[in-house]
Amino acid sequence: MRLPCPICGERDRREFYYQGHATLLDRPAADADAGAWDDYVHNRDNPAGETRDLWHHEAGCGAWIVVTRNTVTHEVLGAVLAEKAKS
Amino acid sequence: MVNLIAKTPCAGLLPKTIGTVTVTEVNAGQMTLLAPHRGQKKAVSDALKSAVGVGFPAPNRCLGTAPRAMWCGQEQALLIGAACPELAGAACVDHSDAWAIVQIDGADAVAVLARLTPLDLRATEFKRGHTARTLIGHMTGGITRLGAHSFEVMVMRSMAGTLVHDLTQAAENMAARALQGR
Repeated sequence: MRLPCPICGERDRREFYYQGHATLLDRPAADADAGAWDDYVHNRDNPAGETRDLWHHEAGCGAWIVVTRNTVTHEVLGAVLAEKAKS
Repeated sequence: MVNLIAKTPCAGLLPKTIGTVTVTEVNAGQMTLLAPHRGQKKAVSDALKSAVGVGFPAPNRCLGTAPRAMWCGQEQALLIGAACPELAGAACVDHSDAWAIVQIDGADAVAVLARLTPLDLRATEFKRGHTARTLIGHMTGGITRLGAHSFEVMVMRSMAGTLVHDLTQAAENMAARALQGR
């Protein structure tokens, strides 16, 4: 599996660390209700199809990226820097 | 006054010639990590260019020969082989003696490195002047292409022994295969 780092180009999956779904970029306000925080911390969809994950290019440039991939076909559809991504 | 004797990271470990490859230590001299502040990259690049003759490199590129500016991470580069000029718009950290840098030359250099790194080292993809942060065995480090069969590999100094061990083992494996195929 190769991931297209926006800075380094296509690199081997071993250079990356997997964090989780891109929901993590969408932090609720500090005074949001318990339901919003419960969703943010614990609840994730388990999609058959396209999903967006956060990966860290740990052994490369050090950027956090959002990778769009398909869980059914294993196709990797693209990646953007997390700092530029909207979850 | 006490005169301290400097010891290079790979002292006593290199040089080595194994099969078609030679591995030698590179003494890079003074090194400084440059990290421009937000929005200051252009100004830092211009200041660097007028002071030492090389600008701030694009991602995955290495500029110049002596001195050199080597990209080494997001918004970061190493200035190698020159004193760091005054750069108002950047954080500058002395990295002299912090890195173990080795040069690997020879016909099998690509084959040896291919055993240690997932990087695509083909000449069409990874050209002279290209550099990459990647994995070298279990270590994170940098690989820079110097020529058709010549590369520079760098890891933090504390891992010098492991770097030499990994390169030696990979080179010995390649040499053994060449013997077997004879």
